[in-house]
Amino acid sequence: MMSVNNLYRTLLCSLLLLAACRKDIVLPQVDSVDISGYSRPHDITPAMQGLYVLNEGNMNMNKASLDYLDLATGRYSRRLFEAYNPEVTKGLGDVGNDIQIYGSKMYIVVNNSNKVEVVDAATVTRIKQLNIRQCRYVVFYKGNAYITSNDGYVSVVDTASLTETGRIKTGRNPEQMAISGNKLYVANSGGYSPPNYERTVSVINLDTQQELKRIDVAINLDRLALDPYGDLYVTSRGDYYTVPSRLYVIDTHTDTVKKQFNIAASNIFIHKDLAYIYSVAWSYITHSNTISYALINVKDDTLLTKQFITDGTDKQIVIPYGILVDPDTEDVYVSDALDYVSPGILYCFDKSGKKKWSVETGDIPGHFVFLKKN
Amino acid sequence: MQQPAFIRKYVHLLSSASLLWAGAAYSQIKDTTTLQEVRVDAKRLPAGLNPVTAIQVLSGPKLQRLNSLSVADAVRYFSGVQLKDYGGIGGLKTINVRSMGTNHTAVSYDGLVLGNAQNGQVDLGKFSLDNISEVALYNGQPPTLLQPARAFSAGNVLALQSCTPQFSNNEQWHGKVSLKTGSSGLVNPSLLWQQKITSHIYSTVSTEWINANGRYKFRYTNGKYDTTAVRQNGNVNAFRAEAGLNGLLADSSSWSVKYYRYQSTRGLPGAIVANHFNYGQHLEDRDQFVQASFHSDPHKQYRILVNAKYSDLYSRYIDPEYPNEQHLLDNYYHQKEVYVSLANEYTINRWWESSLAADFISNTMDANLYRFPYPTRYTTLVALASRVHLPQLEIQGNLLATLVNEKVQTYESAGPKREYTPSLSLAWKPFAQQHLWLRTFYKHIFRLPTFNDLYYTFIGNNNLKPEYVQQYDAGFTWQQPMRGRWLYISLQADAYYNYVKDKIVAVPSDNLFGWSMMNLGRVDIKGIDVVLNTAVQPFKELLVNAGINYTYQQAQDVTSGKGGFNYGQQIPYTPWHSGSFTLGADWRSLALNYSFIYTGERYSQKRNIPVNYVQPWYTSDLSASWTLTHQSFTNKLTFEANNLLNQYYDVVLNFPMPGRNYRLTLSISR
Repeated sequence: MMSVNNLYRTLLCSLLLLAACRKDIVLPQVDSVDISGYSRPHDITPAMQGLYVLNEGNMNMNKASLDYLDLATGRYSRRLFEAYNPEVTKGLGDVGNDIQIYGSKMYIVVNNSNKVEVVDAATVTRIKQLNIRQCRYVVFYKGNAYITSNDGYVSVVDTASLTETGRIKTGRNPEQMAISGNKLYVANSGGYSPPNYERTVSVINLDTQQELKRIDVAINLDRLALDPYGDLYVTSRGDYYTVPSRLYVIDTHTDTVKKQFNIAASNIFIHKDLAYIYSVAWSYITHSNTISYALINVKDDTLLTKQFITDGTDKQIVIPYGILVDPDTEDVYVSDALDYVSPGILYCFDKSGKKKWSVETGDIPGHFVFLKKN
Repeated sequence: MQQPAFIRKYVHLLSSASLLWAGAAYSQIKDTTTLQEVRVDAKRLPAGLNPVTAIQVLSGPKLQRLNSLSVADAVRYFSGVQLKDYGGIGGLKTINVRSMGTNHTAVSYDGLVLGNAQNGQVDLGKFSLDNISEVALYNGQPPTLLQPARAFSAGNVLALQSCTPQFSNNEQWHGKVSLKTGSSGLVNPSLLWQQKITSHIYSTVSTEWINANGRYKFRYTNGKYDTTAVRQNGNVNAFRAEAGLNGLLADSSSWSVKYYRYQSTRGLPGAIVANHFNYGQHLEDRDQFVQASFHSDPHKQYRILVNAKYSDLYSRYIDPEYPNEQHLLDNYYHQKEVYVSLANEYTINRWWESSLAADFISNTMDANLYRFPYPTRYTTLVALASRVHLPQLEIQGNLLATLVNEKVQTYESAGPKREYTPSLSLAWKPFAQQHLWLRTFYKHIFRLPTFNDLYYTFIGNNNLKPEYVQQYDAGFTWQQPMRGRWLYISLQADAYYNYVKDKIVAVPSDNLFGWSMMNLGRVDIKGIDVVLNTAVQPFKELLVNAGINYTYQQAQDVTSGKGGFNYGQQIPYTPWHSGSFTLGADWRSLALNYSFIYTGERYSQKRNIPVNYVQPWYTSDLSASWTLTHQSFTNKLTFEANNLLNQYYDVVLNFPMPGRNYRLTLSISR
């Protein structure tokens, strides 16, 4: 007959056995893969050596991550930030929303972690963390970084000292920005207060840091892209029900709306004379998404019938979430976020629209920046 | 059998299944001349035990000694169950049985289902065990015939039974005052008063207040950084009051009426992500219902059960950090339900009974959401059930008809739904002298899309179909009473295969929230549940109970085609192995208990890759209680120490659970 004491002793021993069931903690490491079918033309002198991919990660999952494509070798590496900065508590963070390089520093805007990680652009080692609540996008001008915050302002950060030196009020829930000359344009969405969306693009004089005016465009503005001819393209997300998404063009010389394109637009990237656009539009009637792609000639503001994906791969892309054109090769990169909770896919298409390769990324790949060759 | 007088003795007589489980639908007053329904810890096997389906029950002292503050804590000791717990005393806790999803488990209170048309979930953390005498889990449905049609309408039923007053001839009242205190600033006084108003009418009043600051330490490390912080904004202030009457009429019919109210305010501690540990959201709830039951056997072959319920659930979600115009999100949700049920049972002959039940439910919802359609749903449920029982064979079958009609004040409503779903179970006792039952059951059931699924701003999809589940189960129950010191052993094991079709999942969509709901998923679930219980009495004054639960689950995402990005992967938060072990010892006036819970490795997202891997976790809990009877008062002091090894773990990624914590309870009852 077992005494109670013996029983407890046996238990403790079995417990220690089970303690071995918990795996040892392993320090974060980079996970690399050589992209199969990767190729790059040898007859060019590339200005870019690498492509950083920022994966947003689904909200509350703390899965924002930074990947890197070595353009010369085709080696794709994942989760660089945690591997090179293991001492940063909880890593890169939650919802990576923008990534840009200015000088030798790279700025990673992590929206739900209320921070911008400033790292060395070449080594990804952390320099400083900027605390900006609900930050969204970043642009630069004359030694300052300008970061939009959902709380309705642009934070001005001095890039030498990496401290906030001021704030400029904008409309509600400002999104992407663009700079033309000394003017900062900010898309105001007001997206958190349906049906009282914002309708304007704020125009701010960067030398005086004062808001000059607001240009009335359409509801729920999101993305901005500047073309080489002084035109600013603005996307409107509509009201998700009866007012559809649309694309507008602002003439930055007069700061007025000069054209409306009757196509839906979720994202836009302009390279030389072409604007590359994709749109994801949910229909409450068909209960499904309609994905479409378009090209616009920005010199004469015309919608082209030509497509930038010509081999049918566009049918495989579930949710396009990012778009970028390679300045060296004119390849088009489109990222697919799938179902937001699985690893995404990065596609590369050549300038004739044929798929070159694809690679698995982190969750929700959506933002990119090229690393220049030094 | 020899039992020392000072060991409290309860004998659980399961002489007829219908007496036990029909008892869930009404409170039966017993006087000392009829068979009493009481409970036993150490049981010599009672005669007539008839386990047609797999049942797990926690009741009486066994339930009390499990270091459980709420029903949520207790259900972790059931096999085949995963509890999704967001942490702390006030954190949301929902039950998921056999990986079908939380909406497939109906939670019933005294026989009536606690409906929630808004989100289809019941937060089990809100139900303290203070006035609960039994928690039972039925896979499929409870095997009683005379029950509301709604009891047949879910994949599983978790039945909560409140304490029924029982008086011996000269007793007039019972009372209990208790005070619980412990970690995270817990203060929890409660009061129970049962009164014999007349020899045929009893009353119960039970009330409780829970207040906790909800703070506890948590820790995250990756081997390089090692951060310990304190969980903030997890405070809870809750109040519960129940008042009921139950009565017996001259013709032995019984009736009961109960009012239940729960109200709380709690902070909602958010996900712990880099640089963002503290949040300011909070939630106010006010839930109340009144339910009435009437049971009668007007004729020796005919029985009737009538139930009615009105429930009113109000909640208010406040987010002072929300970046809208007012910089404040203040949403309220108000649902009301009217429910009536009539069930009849007819005894056709000695071995065959049949029942027909019809329920009608009306659900309405009101909210101050943008573009809210103010839906109303009318559901009619009709269940036809039949039971054939021979000495060594029992067959039960039922067919459920579900008819749903919805309308909205604005925008577009979901279409009507008509479903006919069957269930069949068989139990065979191959050897007359052995307490071995071989069982099998099949059930085809579904869950309706909730109001949130259909109508929530941006996300809702009024085109959604129900989500279907087919359950196949085969298992056995074996009980063996022993002679001598070893009292009994009972073993219950089941192997099952469940298939979920048209699973309602969120898919990416272009709107503020980024999601829309669709019927997209398919899940293949294979599992094994094992429950082993035994009791030993090494010597006269010492009684030892032990129990082991083990669950093996393989729940694979078999969505293919559109949305099929993770074919063959284990679905999120489903461990392959999990289980628990409890060991209790009663010695004179002292009761000790040790519990161990293990949840094995799992993945936090659909793709089973290292970055989504979540470590196994296991906790050990210890409790000691001392009971002293003086005159007619019973005084009990209990001390609990939970998570003894202070393991830091998350059930849901980024929502840390408390480390080591303590509770002390003092109660006086008469």
